[in-house]
Amino acid sequence: MKALAVTEPEQTSTVQNGLVLSPEQQRARRRRNIAIGVTVGLLAILFYVVTIAKLGPGMFNRPL
Amino acid sequence: MSTTEKLGHPNRSASRAAVSPAQYAEVSLADPGDYLALLKPRVMSLVVFTALAGMLLTSGPLNPVIAFASLLAIAVGAGASGALNMWYDADIDAVMTRTSTRPVPSGKIAPNEALAFGLTLSVFSVFTLGVVANWLAAALLAFTIFFYAVIYTMWLKRSTPQNIVIGGAAGAFPPVVGYAAATGDVSLSSVVLFAIIFIWTPPHFWALALVKSAEYARAGIPMMPNVKGADHTRLEILLYTILLAPVGVLPWMMGFASSVYGAISITGGIGMLALAVQVYRKRIAPGADRVAMQLFGFSILYLFALFAVIVAERLFARVLA
Repeated sequence: MKALAVTEPEQTSTVQNGLVLSPEQQRARRRRNIAIGVTVGLLAILFYVVTIAKLGPGMFNRPL
Repeated sequence: MSTTEKLGHPNRSASRAAVSPAQYAEVSLADPGDYLALLKPRVMSLVVFTALAGMLLTSGPLNPVIAFASLLAIAVGAGASGALNMWYDADIDAVMTRTSTRPVPSGKIAPNEALAFGLTLSVFSVFTLGVVANWLAAALLAFTIFFYAVIYTMWLKRSTPQNIVIGGAAGAFPPVVGYAAATGDVSLSSVVLFAIIFIWTPPHFWALALVKSAEYARAGIPMMPNVKGADHTRLEILLYTILLAPVGVLPWMMGFASSVYGAISITGGIGMLALAVQVYRKRIAPGADRVAMQLFGFSILYLFALFAVIVAERLFARVLA
């Protein structure tokens, strides 16, 4: 998520102190992070299952 | 001027002013649900449904995992084109009541974020469909996204009253993409499903445009009623519906849908024709608006019924096989 700069009058103090997030902003960011994490996790599972499906049952039928 | 205003999003700063004290940085307050709304979930569900119908047209084997992943990729691709549409159309969405609460005009998501989201999902969905299914389906999905975002949204929508006629192709592609994902080919049967949605689109949208013409005029969109007049639009609705009724029956006549489908498509086609005639004849409000909205509502039911029967009987046949 892009962290946009503050309005110009506060820019100097913000650069010195780092970005300060309000509780509401922190909660929104946490919700987005959880959503991204869950999505990436589900995609990893999906690609794993698809890989197995595309390889098919023949994947175990190979010379040792 | 804040950075976000320089990025072209005045609403965003305004909405923050009430909740963000001066010392807080401008970081998005958007929820995951706002990003989901960017994908136009209702359109996505229709795309999944029609793509599934296209996929089931094949009589060959369908791996359920591959089919599910392909449908997911097609759905995300459709959602990505929706996000790109909302990014580009934020200015006109803001002045129409139906669209003013969308994430970008309401200030929940910045335009640049919507653009990045749409582009990322476009590339990801096309690549995924290519890897999971085949590259013909991926190419068709890429073309569909391009057609909707660039040809329709950026070009046709604001320049010609034929916008939704030509742009309707974007909404008609999913059955072809679905069939291609399942078979690696394009068949006449999938093109027939394309034709049904393509010819259905003008009477469906123009029925709504007749009622909402003032809003479209305020947004500066050259919809048919605003450019050619309500009466000419009513005539075109009738002509397209006369074409749609027999095309809707084609799946049964060509033998890839059952007689149940034939009966429903004939009945539905007659219903569409009856309403289109009413729309053509009733030209004075409030009766005119009422029949136009009836046609709009019935057209959704009609299309849903046609595709539902195809999906149901194809699934049923696979379960019995």
